[in-house]
Amino acid sequence: MSKFILRRLLIAIPTLFAISFVVFAILELSPVDPLGNLPLTITPEEREKIREAMGANAPFHVKYAKWVVQFVINEPLNILEQVTGIKIGDSEGRLRYISYQTRSPIVDLVIQRLPQTLWVVGTAYLLSVLIAVPIGVLSAYKPYSIFDQVGTFFAIVGYSLPTFFTGLLFIIIFSVNLKWFPSVYDTTHRVTDMQSLLVQLRQIFMPTLVLALYFTAQISRFTRSSMLEHLNQDYIRTARSKGISERAVIMRHALRNSLIPVVTLVALGIPAIFQGAIITEQIFRVNGLGQLLILAIQGGDLPTVQALTFIFAVLIVIFNIVADVLYALLDPRVRLS
Amino acid sequence: MSTVANINDDTKETRARSLWQDAVKHFVRDRLTLIAFIVLVLMTLACYLAPPVLEDLLDVDATRTNTPASFTAPGVDRHVLGTDHLGRDQLIRLLYGGRVSLAVAYTSSIMIIFIGVSLGLLAGFYGGLVDDTITWLVNTLSSVPSTLLYIVIAAIWQPPVEWMIIILALLGWVGTSRLVRAEVLSIKEREYVLAARALGASDFRLLVSHIFPNLMSIVIVTGSIIAGNLILVEAGLSYLGVGVQPPTPTWGNMLTDSRTYFVQGVHLVIWPGIMILITVMCFYLVGDGLRDALDPHQSRHSKA
Repeated sequence: MSKFILRRLLIAIPTLFAISFVVFAILELSPVDPLGNLPLTITPEEREKIREAMGANAPFHVKYAKWVVQFVINEPLNILEQVTGIKIGDSEGRLRYISYQTRSPIVDLVIQRLPQTLWVVGTAYLLSVLIAVPIGVLSAYKPYSIFDQVGTFFAIVGYSLPTFFTGLLFIIIFSVNLKWFPSVYDTTHRVTDMQSLLVQLRQIFMPTLVLALYFTAQISRFTRSSMLEHLNQDYIRTARSKGISERAVIMRHALRNSLIPVVTLVALGIPAIFQGAIITEQIFRVNGLGQLLILAIQGGDLPTVQALTFIFAVLIVIFNIVADVLYALLDPRVRLS
Repeated sequence: MSTVANINDDTKETRARSLWQDAVKHFVRDRLTLIAFIVLVLMTLACYLAPPVLEDLLDVDATRTNTPASFTAPGVDRHVLGTDHLGRDQLIRLLYGGRVSLAVAYTSSIMIIFIGVSLGLLAGFYGGLVDDTITWLVNTLSSVPSTLLYIVIAAIWQPPVEWMIIILALLGWVGTSRLVRAEVLSIKEREYVLAARALGASDFRLLVSHIFPNLMSIVIVTGSIIAGNLILVEAGLSYLGVGVQPPTPTWGNMLTDSRTYFVQGVHLVIWPGIMILITVMCFYLVGDGLRDALDPHQSRHSKA
């Protein structure tokens, strides 16, 4: 098993390098001027100096090499130092990966923004898995029943509704007309006791629901088809003919097997939900990673955009491996091949 | 005697019907899919043909602003679906917006299918180094956060619609090629392909007349579902302000404006959203219906 994981990790390294190069190249070739937002009163000579100080003038390969060193070696070392408290080498003089816009290390920016995104995205995903799997199983147990038809209808609608439309509708209905939930996310809010937890839950309610509607639609359809496939197989008929209770047939035989692909889908979907959150964060003014990205793009802050894109790519690669490993763990047949 | 003749007649009739005739028959019987298909056709025709006629008929204009008449309610004063914050007629803008969205969906999905099927066919059929190269490309590309990359590319270069279509296609073919490759791998081991090969058929002939026809059903089904998805992607990009730029209307950027003005006119939120919902849903339903219609093994499911 560990050999399997190790091999997958080794294969991932060239992939990540290829991606990092592509991401870096695309952004380096872009016509965006990082000084575009600065006042026009700055003279061209001073602009040139600022550019020099930012390192924006360096040749492509130098920039790329610096970027790789900062991203692959320096930043992980910093995080390690912060977590363990052990100093490794010259930690003060180590170059950090710095944003053009705020002049602060990008990793710090990401760490500041991560909790908001995780609150919204995490709750939404958890919620949709909890809702979708039972719906999918019940739909498959009695296919083409009224429950299944209604489930199918809502799944198709949920899939076809763009999050920015449902988000706006929710704001109009629940914030403006009913005044139940706030339409703007308050980041300064801290959860300390029951009361503040309630406030937190209220403010993540709408973004979470919008995202959950979309994921639930996908996961429930997938669970249904996986379950349907297994319910028609011989071992289920055998189990039934042995006289096992229907409950045991479903829970112990069919469900366990049909959940294997669902688990992989859920793992594979995690990077996608971060991307899906970009629009949702924009609607509800949540200042998470998605908003950071949009602000960075608007400000011509190339290092931040590069870093975020690459972080997402790393997430995708990691969760691909996680999905493969989970699959192998859950399904012994996979390991043979 | 007569029963025997009847049986013979029946077999003759079933033999005479090809997969396509079967599919068409199934398709017509499947009400929901048929309705979805008709709605899509009507929507496309409306977007491409109706605007000039309506402009004459109702004396409205998509670009002419008329601020005193802003936020007119639907149905008032020739504006069937009301006007926006600049007094432009919403119905006309929705139809023009539909042109862009549908153009992106149709052309980009065709390009995705073309790239995905060609590379999937090559990888699955030839195996070896060709397969390894294409598979590596597919795996690498699928680790690229595509939605994010669309946003970044669109924001930085602000490409015109034509380029957006190409970029969407270049980043979107991975899933299709994977699907096709897997399908080709199983088809090329079937007896009829082996038989054709034994008879001395060339690679080209095998690919074109034995393997490709069997891919048609997944190609059409995924094409339809991808088209729906592209509508969502385009709308999302335009909503974020990095897709199609105003004043060219699209359903996505019409919703961006309405985020600010929904208090004055809820119709500005509802109608673009409903257009997106209906179109995506119809593409999905058509794809789903075609899956049943084109797959003889699955047709019993829909009858059960």
